[in-house]
Amino acid sequence: MTRLRAEDLTLAYDQATVARELSVDIPDGSFTVIIGPNACGKSTLLKALARMLKPKAGAVHLDGKAITSQRSKDVAKRLGLLPQSSTAPGGITVGDLVARGRYPHQSVLRQWSAEDEAVVAESMRLTGVAGLAERVVDELSGGQRQRVWLAMVLAQQTPILLLDEPTTFLDIAHQIEVLDLCADLHDDGEHTLVAVLHDLNQACRYATNLVVMRPGGVVAAQGEPSEIVTADLVEDVFGLPCRVIDDPETGTPMIVPAARTARSESTGGSAEKSAGQSQHHGAVAVHEDAAL
Amino acid sequence: MTPPPTTDPEAGPAEADAADRGTAAPGSGPRRAGTRSVTGRVVRAGGLSLRVAPRTLTVGTAAAVLLAAVMVVTLTAGEYSLTLGQVLASLAGRGDETGDFVVYTLMLPRLLVAVLVGAMLAVSGGILQTVTRNSLGSPDVIGFTSSAATGALVVITVLGGTMLQVSLGALIGGVVAALLIYVLAYHRGVSGLRFVLMGIGINALAVAANSFLITRASLHDALTAQAWLVGSVNSRGWEHVVAAAVTLAVLLPAALSRTRSLSMMELGDDTASALGVRTGRDRTLLIGVSVLLAAFAVAAAGPITFVALAAPQLTRRLTRSSSPGLVTTALVGALLLATGDLLVQQLFPAAQLPVGTATGCVGGLYLIWLLASEWRGKGRYA
Repeated sequence: MTRLRAEDLTLAYDQATVARELSVDIPDGSFTVIIGPNACGKSTLLKALARMLKPKAGAVHLDGKAITSQRSKDVAKRLGLLPQSSTAPGGITVGDLVARGRYPHQSVLRQWSAEDEAVVAESMRLTGVAGLAERVVDELSGGQRQRVWLAMVLAQQTPILLLDEPTTFLDIAHQIEVLDLCADLHDDGEHTLVAVLHDLNQACRYATNLVVMRPGGVVAAQGEPSEIVTADLVEDVFGLPCRVIDDPETGTPMIVPAARTARSESTGGSAEKSAGQSQHHGAVAVHEDAAL
Repeated sequence: MTPPPTTDPEAGPAEADAADRGTAAPGSGPRRAGTRSVTGRVVRAGGLSLRVAPRTLTVGTAAAVLLAAVMVVTLTAGEYSLTLGQVLASLAGRGDETGDFVVYTLMLPRLLVAVLVGAMLAVSGGILQTVTRNSLGSPDVIGFTSSAATGALVVITVLGGTMLQVSLGALIGGVVAALLIYVLAYHRGVSGLRFVLMGIGINALAVAANSFLITRASLHDALTAQAWLVGSVNSRGWEHVVAAAVTLAVLLPAALSRTRSLSMMELGDDTASALGVRTGRDRTLLIGVSVLLAAFAVAAAGPITFVALAAPQLTRRLTRSSSPGLVTTALVGALLLATGDLLVQQLFPAAQLPVGTATGCVGGLYLIWLLASEWRGKGRYA
């Protein structure tokens, strides 16, 4: 049984079609991670799952009903989203911002119940920002701010959480911190998580269900990382020759891009464009290793 | 028989005390200000729970008291120099003929128009600045007021209509401009910045059209138009008061009914939608209310600048609130315009200076001071 399901989606911005006949099931209780090269439509898929983008054809079903036909507040009680970028109103305190996550549970006459208070306090405790409650959000560091936004989404108390690149703009330590937090939420057995991530090795470490997308919004493979991630798949999808070894820490698949000299021999002159692409990805990976 | 009563009273209070601590500590603990997650106070009764921001209440009350004071001073210190007693007697319906004439015919309509138009402009600006998430997203910056003026000028100089028709022209001008901006700025939804930039373009066009209309008008029409164009509450009558009051009575509640969505929209559209706000519908409704308020304000008093821009900013900084308090904003706007009109009447009684001049000076200086002191303060963190 899957509560969240995308069926035959055609996704487009104005005239530019991003995906056709895209179907994805999000298994209940999974930590699903969507990966794929830039502009393959993974964030667009997440937007559609979160009903931020109305599909041109097909539908996203939540609990068996088309998500676009359900009341906004009802959906917001079951499905939460951490967008790529959010803006905090100037001068707002951490506590007040996290409290905004209670919106779908509130009304004009029920603005701040004891339950709201308890849930917000618990969300801030879980994300480790309880001590910052009275601080102004503008003054926080990037890592702290991301945890505050996560706390806000947690305060929404939805069984399904969608996270659009939750680790962007964070240094490696804070990336791991945020992912650990997501893993904790998944482990408590009450949450289904869907995240878009850029780092393949992090995706393999944390995902219980990996969705690999190729350009054009096509799902190339889906399943447990250890079962689907191979050197062929990565080269096929990202155009990057690589080796896949066991992560020495976790035993999950770990992608090691082929050395520059090896790549120029193997790809030859025919695929200059994809070589350029892969070099870019290699550079990113090296940079992140250096940060570690 | 005696031992139990002697031990019971001792055990009784001890137990009660323990029970008190046991139940009271978790119950009252979160209610103490220090341990609450959110700012402000919470009032709960039964299933009802309301959040109250004490600072917003204070600022609102202060603005209301000051407004009342300014109104009394305006009525007593006019060129007709009535005493406070005469004014109060007239207001209570027991005044003499002179007093009644001065208060009801000469002073009160002008004063009430200033108060109402100030409130309308302030609310209009407060809504639009929040929806566009841009302090420049104010009806006088993005062309709502100039375009409303264009509509009015067309009626004055080309059609030669009555006062009512001029107001109608202003309304049509404002609404057409808003629709134009909305349609032109629409691209995968409405972004605040695009809305503001397109509005600045429309504003430039409207200002040019206004100059053109005045140059090609007859001298008489041009004088009427120019007098109207500077924005003034001089010689306003009860019909203006009634029109403004009705507008505010209808549109302010409409805006207030969406005030929770409004404060959620500040988080960005994606976040607000994800939290269950119907952003598309609510934004259209709120922009509609904002443009109607601005257009009716222009219809009543001409394009008075700066109140719509400054009042929400002043309110936000005074209340230090993270939500746009529309009622407080309305009070501050009314205070701003009433004070401006009082200054104009007192300092330049002969010149019939338009009130927009004064609001620009007073509001502008105060806003500059506030911003400057705020940035100085922020320097410590930056």
